[in-house]
Amino acid sequence: MADSLVRNTVLRQALSVGIATGAYGISFGALSVASGLTVAQTCALSLLMFTGGSQFALVGVVGAGGTGVASVVTAGLLGIRNGFYGLQMAPLLRARSWRRPLAAQLTIDESTAVGTAQSRPDLVRLGFWSTGLAVFVLWNLTTLFGAVLGDAMGDPRSYGMDAAAAAAFLGLIWPRLTTLRPRAVAIGAAVLAVALIPIAPAGVPVLAAVLVAVAGSWQKGGDRPKPDQVAP
Amino acid sequence: MSWVALLAASGVCYLTKLVGYLAPHRWLEHPRMRQMAAMVTVALLSALFAVQTLGSGHSVVLDARVPAIVVAAVLLWRKAPFIVVVVAAGAVAALLRLAT
Repeated sequence: MADSLVRNTVLRQALSVGIATGAYGISFGALSVASGLTVAQTCALSLLMFTGGSQFALVGVVGAGGTGVASVVTAGLLGIRNGFYGLQMAPLLRARSWRRPLAAQLTIDESTAVGTAQSRPDLVRLGFWSTGLAVFVLWNLTTLFGAVLGDAMGDPRSYGMDAAAAAAFLGLIWPRLTTLRPRAVAIGAAVLAVALIPIAPAGVPVLAAVLVAVAGSWQKGGDRPKPDQVAP
Repeated sequence: MSWVALLAASGVCYLTKLVGYLAPHRWLEHPRMRQMAAMVTVALLSALFAVQTLGSGHSVVLDARVPAIVVAAVLLWRKAPFIVVVVAAGAVAALLRLAT
């Protein structure tokens, strides 16, 4: 293939990933407002936090009545994987000066997945930057749209927004359940969380899941995690 | 939700991303560490899912959310797009509440 064709393929990939995550953005915007955040706070999260799993988690904990500390810790723990993506991307991108802090903000599931899937260093960079920027722009636009929509809808429970939020978490976890280990950890974490609901303060049942993750990582086994194309 | 908590959470998430670019490479390279990061993600999402589906304050309740989640799971299994899954789950719960 000619070089321009290869580059166009990468750019098309980036754009399609960006459009796909736009759908998550609408859900996030609506669910966030339903959890009690303002439209401005919802948009600030997509701009500043810009990592979907943590954003959904934060509004989930707030919606369940968790404290500010519980929501910060949960969102932070869910963002740990981005640190590992950065570690992976740093030698490939060789970003210097002002580009490095920018690359860090764009380091999410999708940009890492598209970037690392490329065969040449220049295409890795093109894939990472174009996907990161496409997702950033579309994620923020659709968040605003979803938030305004959610704001106009009124009583969230009568629209089944609580069920929609649960379905969103199921959709986020689904692509990660490809092997036995994550499935076992997911089941253990869910059982422990439900068992703790009646006795622990709000937010704690979710944080306790980290214990299951630690126990699950301790077991020997071969499956290595890879970035997958779910929400940013 | 307070702006302070919101900005703190965003700051933590950004610094985590940045650490990946600034840390010495061998630092977090250990496969066990990567494994743990992936499992923390899975465990937290699963716990969030469980609490969102069955929790109501300090009690565990089975309500319209459960059939909604069954529908969502079937749709995910049939590889439906995320937005379809979320909207369908909300619609099932809303209709069941309307009917009861």
